[in-house]
Amino acid sequence: MIKTLKTKAMALAAATALSATFLVGMTPDATAQEKSEFKVCWSIYVGWMPWGYLETSGIMDKWAEKYGIDVEIVQINDYVESINQYTAGEFDGCSMTNMDALSIPAGGGVDTTALIVGDYSNGNDGIVLKDGDSVEALKDQNVNLVELSVSHYLLARALDSVGMSERDLTVVNTSDADMIAAYATDDVTSVVTWNPLLSEIEATPGSTKVFDSANIPGEIIDVMMVNTETLADNPDFGKALTGAWYEVMGLMAAGNTEALESMAAASGTDLAGYQAQLDTTKMFFEPAEAVSFTKSAELPATMKFVAEFLFDKGILGEGAPSPEFVGVSFPDGSVYGDANNVKLRFDTTYMEMAAAGGL
Amino acid sequence: MRLINRKPGKPSAMALAALPFAGVVIAYAVASHFRRLENPADKLLPSIEQMAATFWRMAFEPDRRSGDLLLWGDTIDSLIRLAAGMGAATLFALIVGVLVGFLPYVRSTLSPFIASISLIPPITILPILFIMVGLGETSKILLIALGTAPVMTRSVAQAVMDLPKELIIKAQTLGASTWQMMTRVVLPQVLPNLITAMRLGLVPAWIFLISAEAIASTSGLGYRIFLVRRFLAMDVILPYVLWITFLAYLIDRLLLTLSRRAFPWNHMQGESL
Repeated sequence: MIKTLKTKAMALAAATALSATFLVGMTPDATAQEKSEFKVCWSIYVGWMPWGYLETSGIMDKWAEKYGIDVEIVQINDYVESINQYTAGEFDGCSMTNMDALSIPAGGGVDTTALIVGDYSNGNDGIVLKDGDSVEALKDQNVNLVELSVSHYLLARALDSVGMSERDLTVVNTSDADMIAAYATDDVTSVVTWNPLLSEIEATPGSTKVFDSANIPGEIIDVMMVNTETLADNPDFGKALTGAWYEVMGLMAAGNTEALESMAAASGTDLAGYQAQLDTTKMFFEPAEAVSFTKSAELPATMKFVAEFLFDKGILGEGAPSPEFVGVSFPDGSVYGDANNVKLRFDTTYMEMAAAGGL
Repeated sequence: MRLINRKPGKPSAMALAALPFAGVVIAYAVASHFRRLENPADKLLPSIEQMAATFWRMAFEPDRRSGDLLLWGDTIDSLIRLAAGMGAATLFALIVGVLVGFLPYVRSTLSPFIASISLIPPITILPILFIMVGLGETSKILLIALGTAPVMTRSVAQAVMDLPKELIIKAQTLGASTWQMMTRVVLPQVLPNLITAMRLGLVPAWIFLISAEAIASTSGLGYRIFLVRRFLAMDVILPYVLWITFLAYLIDRLLLTLSRRAFPWNHMQGESL
């Protein structure tokens, strides 16, 4: 009897230990070290299509080989899921916006560096109304959008611009996958969304775009974010990624049809459709452009807006006592927020190497 | 003594029941501890204290944005949807189930149809519901009702068909009309089966509730989980999952108790899970 109990207790302990090991095992090598294999992820968006092309065209492999490493670029169908995977440590880098980088990995304590500032939305995100032609007309309406996303941020900035607040309307959380179908129903009167959904919805007769990201240029920024420790221990990873990226930027700037057509097809449109999306995107084809943007005085002001928005919505990390809870550092060494908790770093080192042709 | 003849006493039965739960909690606490050693702000496996604090905040501290107590608002909204959807499905199952089970003509007409309808995965018709009745409450309630009613109807109809033939014949000999038999013989006897059907229907009903709330909503338990998923707030998601489980368990137990109290004769054959 006692013997069985003992066996049982041991079996239980073993099972517990096993499952604990499994759960801990979900932790990848967070302890920094030199390694030779890297994984980055991206999701469908006009400014991130080059990542897919980098992988399929073999340009990434070429650059990785040059530095004697291996870089795998993985496409993830769900944007938020890709950030979550990066935050959980499954990837060494991932493409995301400045806002999501601050709230998800940085807010979750994963020290993250903006390696390549690729573009900013210059009309790719917009607010569309069925009746009415001004932001003021949003009063008392239901507004369908992906809550807590850049769409929500855009709405907050639009309302700010006319002295209104979210209390003047009702935000209805709607999945981006259902946005177009939702817009077709009668009880949806206004939506906030991004391209390519935006252009589809805007094209519906009787629709008016009353505000878009071109009204707040440079605030919704698309960046390749990488793990700070991984980058510090493996500068070759940063060099290979940056070098490969700007090779493709060169092709795009030169209007290389093969590259552009491949990206258009991968985003489910044709060359003209993709070109139209690029027109509302401020791509930094030249590394020098990206460097001066990242060093500009506007970036800290933007990050302050973003941090305040996130804090206001209660999503800047658990128990964040103020918008300054997570520190954001800039290339000149200045820090917004808590200097002892810097988790998001804008660093132009690698983009400058590219600009100087040193890769 | 053989193992099958050994039964735990009440205290040891309770201790044994607690064991797997304790095992899970301990495994979680250990894993969470090790992850947070590396990164104290880890979002994936937050500490149990942190989850408790978040749960407390959501239940008893007004939200910064709306001033509402989020947990109770979400719970009430979800339960109203669940009750409306399940209520409609139960009413449908009772009426149609009795008719299908009792009247051969109705059975021939509706039985194959209901059987086919019950095979449609309800979540696939959600986009159709959205287009037809909009994104509001109606589509969420309809999804729950449509998802649970066919199966519940079939189980009620089966229960009617399983009634002893002698009972029906006896009632007819005594001169009962069809209507009298339905209301006086069939109805009282299928009510406990209706409760069983509700208990079984609740499982998919919760799934459809959460799925509908995930797609377009301004409140609800499913809404909150899919909202905070955007920033990996496991400290909100895990307690919410436990809370939903607790609510589902509570409703199930309440229905079982109701059945035992109202129809004690139906529970004489022995214990049920």
